[in-house]
Amino acid sequence: MISNSIKSKIYTLFKVQYSNMLEYRVEIALWAISGIIPFFMLNIWTNNNLNESINISDVMLSRYFLCAFFVRQFSVVWVVFSFEEDSLMGKVAPYLIQPLNPFFRYFAQHLAEQITRFPFAIIIAIFFFIFNPESLWIPNLGILFLSTISTFLSFLIQFLIQSIIACLCFWTEKASSIERLLFIPTLFLSGLLAPVVSFPEYVKSWIYLTPFPYLIDFPANLLSSNATNVIGGFSMQILWILLLFPIFKKTWSAGIKKYSAMGS
Amino acid sequence: MNLRKYLKVYKKFLHTSLASELEYKTNILIDLITAILSLTGSIFLLSIFFKNNGIIGGWEFEQALIIQGIYTILNGITNTWFNPNLTEIVKHIREGTLDFVLLKPIDSQFFISLKKINPSGFLEIMLGFFLLIYCIRINQINLNLSFLTLCLITIICSISILYSLWFFISTTTIWFVKTWNATEVLRSFLYIGRFPLNSFSFSLRIFFSVIIPIAFITTIPSEVFLGLSQIWKILLEIIVAMLFLFSSRKFWLYALKFYSSASS
Repeated sequence: MISNSIKSKIYTLFKVQYSNMLEYRVEIALWAISGIIPFFMLNIWTNNNLNESINISDVMLSRYFLCAFFVRQFSVVWVVFSFEEDSLMGKVAPYLIQPLNPFFRYFAQHLAEQITRFPFAIIIAIFFFIFNPESLWIPNLGILFLSTISTFLSFLIQFLIQSIIACLCFWTEKASSIERLLFIPTLFLSGLLAPVVSFPEYVKSWIYLTPFPYLIDFPANLLSSNATNVIGGFSMQILWILLLFPIFKKTWSAGIKKYSAMGS
Repeated sequence: MNLRKYLKVYKKFLHTSLASELEYKTNILIDLITAILSLTGSIFLLSIFFKNNGIIGGWEFEQALIIQGIYTILNGITNTWFNPNLTEIVKHIREGTLDFVLLKPIDSQFFISLKKINPSGFLEIMLGFFLLIYCIRINQINLNLSFLTLCLITIICSISILYSLWFFISTTTIWFVKTWNATEVLRSFLYIGRFPLNSFSFSLRIFFSVIIPIAFITTIPSEVFLGLSQIWKILLEIIVAMLFLFSSRKFWLYALKFYSSASS
């Protein structure tokens, strides 16, 4: 009985959010296009033969950046911005009354958006292969499965980090500027602009302890079958999730005690 | 057109928006750290590129830093003026408050493009200037009057092009209502302004100088700094800037004909 009600809860949540997201197809398409920075970076890398010194061939590098694009598409998180808007508008108060943590709602929103985004990402990939036919490859099912999981874990890490920041909305009005601050290391260290292998030694020595390389570099290497430490990568991803989840729970419960409704 | 009246109104704009923005003092500090980190990140990325190859697209590392400096200044200007006002335009159109702007005895474009100001962008502009001064020293550029005027002219042209691009997109809000993601696309395209145009492949170079003239925005002023720019390029940039300013103005006036107020 209880499991049935949970099932129907999940089902309704997704259905509502998916139809909601379908309304915004054009925006999601534009958003997908805005993620093409990795391709510009690829252009710089191959056009100046920068990849010779890191021993990655042109084809492997282009696959890497294509995968980086994909991983990024399916791990984009914007929960801070939604939550900040909702809390400023006083929408959080009605959510709190419902017997459902509001973050489930945002979580469903993100997943629904990823499903809506999928066809656009595929179209961009097709264009990529038209321009770079030599880099076409089909990853085998096992790799596809593993990299989907690691992309999802990367999404979870980012979702948790942003949810923690979002909870700070209870104390300050503008938590999104903290998110923008945190986005900078994510941008430069996650491997979106340059594969982590190419980083200088003094960065490589500590970067694998931070969550950043597991956000894009690890899943992208996995998917493009570039060299990577599979077990190490997965265990670090899970470790970070286990570390971040209690922090999120703490800030959330401390936050709602602090919460006083605005504007409703 | 009464210049004195406009100056007086602008002073009032400055006063009110500064007063409201300074409410969020910690935000300004966080934005400063963000700007510094972002500049460090892109210099880090450049250093990775240059580690593998001494010259990229005909630019040395010290010369490429000039592009970073100019990009940082322009990005600061975007964050100070263009971005906060664009957000306002979207809000005006969605909520129908553009009516009030149109009724005012003042030019509507002037009002909506300069109403708001975000002081944290100033720090970014200063950061860019410091980097430029440093670059002038390490590249041993000798300053003289004609050099400075040329620099000033090209930078003003870049600002005009940048403004027109932003304003074009915000104008489309009149038809599409939500243009958030279109600005994200523009943002990601502008990102390549951090790198010399010649480091990209031929087709991308054409795309970024003909279709979206990002090449003009940072590369030409940087070439002027190094004394490498031919006079026709500078003239071309002036023409492009005027063309953009003129057409964005025309486009705004044209779009206004289609404006039908939201339920108010």
